[in-house]
Amino acid sequence: MRPKLTVLSDELVEQIIQEGMRLLLDPGVRVHNHEALTLLAEAGAEVDFEQQIAKIPEAMVLNALHSAPGEFFLYNLDGQPVVHYGGDDIHFDPGSSGVAILASLDGAQRSPTTADFVKFIKLVEMLPQYEAQSTAFVCRDVPEGMGDLYRLYLALNFMRKPIITGAFGKETFWVMVELLSLVAGGAAALAEKPTAVFDVCPSPPLLWSDLTCQNLIDCARRHLPAELISMPLAGATSPVTLAAAAVQHTAESFSGLVIHQLAQPGAPIVWGGAPAAFDMREGTTPMGDVNTWLIDCAYIQIGKRLNLPTHTYMGSSDAKVIDAQAGFESMGGALLAALTGANMISGGGMLDFLRCQSLEKLVIDAEMIGMAKRLVAGIEPRDQPIALTLMRQAGHKANFLSQPHTQRMFRKELYIPSPVVDRGSWDAWQKKGSQTCEQRASERVEALLRNYQPNGLSAEARDELRQIVQKVARQHGMAQLPPLEM
Amino acid sequence: MTSEIFQKLSESLVMGEPDATVELTRQALAAGIEPMTIIQEGLMPGMTIVGDKFSSGEYFLPDLIIAAEGMQRAMELLEPELHARQQAIESAGTVVIGTVKGDIHEIGKSLVATMLSANGFKVFDLGVDVPTTKFIEKVKETGANILGLSALLTTTMTVQRDVLEALKSAGLRDQVKVMVGGAPVTRKWAADIGADGYAEDAIGAVQVARQLMGKA
Repeated sequence: MRPKLTVLSDELVEQIIQEGMRLLLDPGVRVHNHEALTLLAEAGAEVDFEQQIAKIPEAMVLNALHSAPGEFFLYNLDGQPVVHYGGDDIHFDPGSSGVAILASLDGAQRSPTTADFVKFIKLVEMLPQYEAQSTAFVCRDVPEGMGDLYRLYLALNFMRKPIITGAFGKETFWVMVELLSLVAGGAAALAEKPTAVFDVCPSPPLLWSDLTCQNLIDCARRHLPAELISMPLAGATSPVTLAAAAVQHTAESFSGLVIHQLAQPGAPIVWGGAPAAFDMREGTTPMGDVNTWLIDCAYIQIGKRLNLPTHTYMGSSDAKVIDAQAGFESMGGALLAALTGANMISGGGMLDFLRCQSLEKLVIDAEMIGMAKRLVAGIEPRDQPIALTLMRQAGHKANFLSQPHTQRMFRKELYIPSPVVDRGSWDAWQKKGSQTCEQRASERVEALLRNYQPNGLSAEARDELRQIVQKVARQHGMAQLPPLEM
Repeated sequence: MTSEIFQKLSESLVMGEPDATVELTRQALAAGIEPMTIIQEGLMPGMTIVGDKFSSGEYFLPDLIIAAEGMQRAMELLEPELHARQQAIESAGTVVIGTVKGDIHEIGKSLVATMLSANGFKVFDLGVDVPTTKFIEKVKETGANILGLSALLTTTMTVQRDVLEALKSAGLRDQVKVMVGGAPVTRKWAADIGADGYAEDAIGAVQVARQLMGKA
């Protein structure tokens, strides 16, 4: 049996869905994008083009729910399906778009550069607990206007795993699609076996900006998976009650779903999110927070009820250093997300409200992800009878360590952590230098990086990728891209 | 009677009841109490208690905001009366504030605007997605002492630099102090683009604004 967590009663799920639909009629949704408004109007929504408000009837939502696929796969660069967006399958990827990197274990931060992100991508490749990459940093050594596509360019040079990404502009999106198509062997091949998901974020409350809305439409038309990231901020940009935040999330996600499915019925789309409960003392947006987690678990449950693939931002921390707070916040979120069955769980490595990425924390988080996955794998009988034969053979001697059954089964049955987790005696721990978890993680980062193997991209493909990005860089006034050391 | 109404005014702010604050302010005026006295004896003590309770951790942002709203609404009643008596509350300074072009995040900026108003600044809040030219025009029009620029996206924080450049081009840079803020904004970024002030939160922003006015 797979352990499963639900936080809403069936009745409450239905009421939240109903209220979400009713919000789309009154007050409706604001859409700062003419193409989307036209699509909505043609399909029967009442659209005020001047106010840019669309009132979407329930039937249009039901149509979108009907045409949206309940599942799809993401492929690695070798063409294998490695991420199943659907059912209760869970996968993890690092938190994305960090604007800082933890420069030292005492909490110093600095702006990330090309070299940092390259290291990070390699590290994610070396950690099997993460099924997908993410465009985890915004590198500060290239012009801001090309920050989004540059991240993807770097990742494509070093990754094998699929990637969760997103565009910061309407035009840069197309460059990103060009890069992905090149590596996939053409636009059609990319649509058939997508290697990337694009995050698209409505703005709370009930608003789609021109940019994100265009990204959403363009993703649909290219059959590239889009991930809806609604982010009500309970007590600030949404009502403070958690159920009400879930209603707002539902309404915003419905509106995105409708626009997306109108642009291309059947295109893959994910019911994701990054809500938070506003911190009433500091005015911040905590991710490692039980209030936030409850909203997350609620909307994931709703997404499952709607038979849509799901995503969430859980398993990160708001701590500034890798300390006890970082540990319990990350583990709490990761466990709950796993138990709720979110298909993609983003947040690994992150500190400081998804601002700061850390290589050391990425390695530590991989351990908690390993444990979370083991937890939801649950307990199976494994043998029939479960224990009778084994115990009768052993009688009253406890010598199971030497049993072939133990040797055969323990790897399958037990999750065994890396040496980042200390399981030695006090003496053994002292002999190894009395290291903290962060210090052990720091050593493991270097050890893993030494074993990284390049992906199979040809020199020609790398060159073509570079030419595309170099061209954009020149338009942004950068004569030469930063060097890329394989 | 008068001391009782001052006590009630103060309590209405502390309890977060802006309607009561407005009603009590009306009653006080009707009773012939001088507007300046209402402010100094009734409203200000209330705001001080709220500020202290926030600092000590007993009160939270919603408590602070609702008290500020009560204060603002009471001031709307009192200002014409002060004006009629040719009196004025000494303004802590004039601030133009907004979220830069391309960015529609409101919360942080509004929080700072509210806190500045509650602390005696005259605030012109231009809202969100504000074109650079509009900032320049408003600074010119109001003769603002401080310009506050908010950006919540890594992609829009660079617009803060553009506004600073535009201020220079308009020959206004020496007349106005510029404060920047927003989630991705750091002290270093503020220094890099040549801003005058940065604070990590709304409470800090008030202190920085006071420092920039030379009043802290």
